Amino acid sequence: MASSPIMSEGSAPLIPAHWRDFVALTKPRVMTLVVFTGLCGLLAAPGQLHPVLAFTAILCIALGAGAAATLNQWYEADIDAKMKRTANRPLPAGRMDRQSALHFGVGLSFFSVLLMGVATNWLAAAVLAVSILFYVFVYTIWLKPRTAQNIVIGGAAGAFPPVIGWAAVTGDISALPVALFMLIFFWTPPHFWALALFVKTDYAAAGIPMLPVVSGEVVTRRQIWFYTAIMAVAAMAPVLLRLTGPIYGTAALLGTALFALFAFQVFRRRESDPARMAPEKRLFKYSILYLFLLFGAVVVDRWVFA
Amino acid sequence: MTPEENRQVRARQKSRAIVTGVLLGALVILFYAITIAKISGGH
Repeated sequence: MASSPIMSEGSAPLIPAHWRDFVALTKPRVMTLVVFTGLCGLLAAPGQLHPVLAFTAILCIALGAGAAATLNQWYEADIDAKMKRTANRPLPAGRMDRQSALHFGVGLSFFSVLLMGVATNWLAAAVLAVSILFYVFVYTIWLKPRTAQNIVIGGAAGAFPPVIGWAAVTGDISALPVALFMLIFFWTPPHFWALALFVKTDYAAAGIPMLPVVSGEVVTRRQIWFYTAIMAVAAMAPVLLRLTGPIYGTAALLGTALFALFAFQVFRRRESDPARMAPEKRLFKYSILYLFLLFGAVVVDRWVFA
Repeated sequence: MTPEENRQVRARQKSRAIVTGVLLGALVILFYAITIAKISGGH
């Protein structure tokens, strides 16, 4: 842990931020899923990429995600200060000045995109740039403070990694990476709203228009179920379009059936006490496992049947 | 700034300098490896 800051009369700390706080800005734990889906896109793509270049591509995806997370926290420092879950982040806790975070985020963005372009190809670099810009400008600045549907469109930012991984190998974007993009895109609402159901008090305190805050829990539960149904179609699309074989097909069928069961339980419940939201927490945890399972299955399937 | 604050600043600057140095060293190795991979036709 970084030590407590020595504060000037204004809000900026007098001593330079600890390097660990720069790492914390990149949200390393959230990055896991981004790196994994990017790696799966890269491994499922036809063709070969030198291991060093493949490693660099994944590193760039991770750095790009870290840059986007940093710029998100730079912009939302005031909001983060109002939420228990985020109040101890480097900026709201006063361990770092905002300008350092901005410079770090912008620098990391340019570095990740340029390195991706140099090491692999400029299509992958362009998609990485679009994903960072989308997360910062479309999600963080535009949608998140304005609409309860923020994460529906904003979730697209998290759906880019498999497309970037694929493009890094092939230099193009074909049907399978688009299908994987759609899977993450429609997976995001039930995943995130399950979380928002049991941490809604935090979002309410910060004035963020999350669906449970604006429209209530009944609507949120209905929307979770609605997007789960669309996600199920997206999950089965690679099989129906013959882009993958029976390994992915079996994993998608069983995994999605369990997802739908958990989502249906959440849909049917009427519980507003976060302490008694075991099914909602189960859906949230399972949704992470589900994405790991399906993306792992895509890679195994492509390696076995390609 | 008190001597204690000054000591904290120096310690913080030192740890940041070490991390920056390690990162630059890692980047030198990475760019060398990328160059070798590129000239060996690994793309």
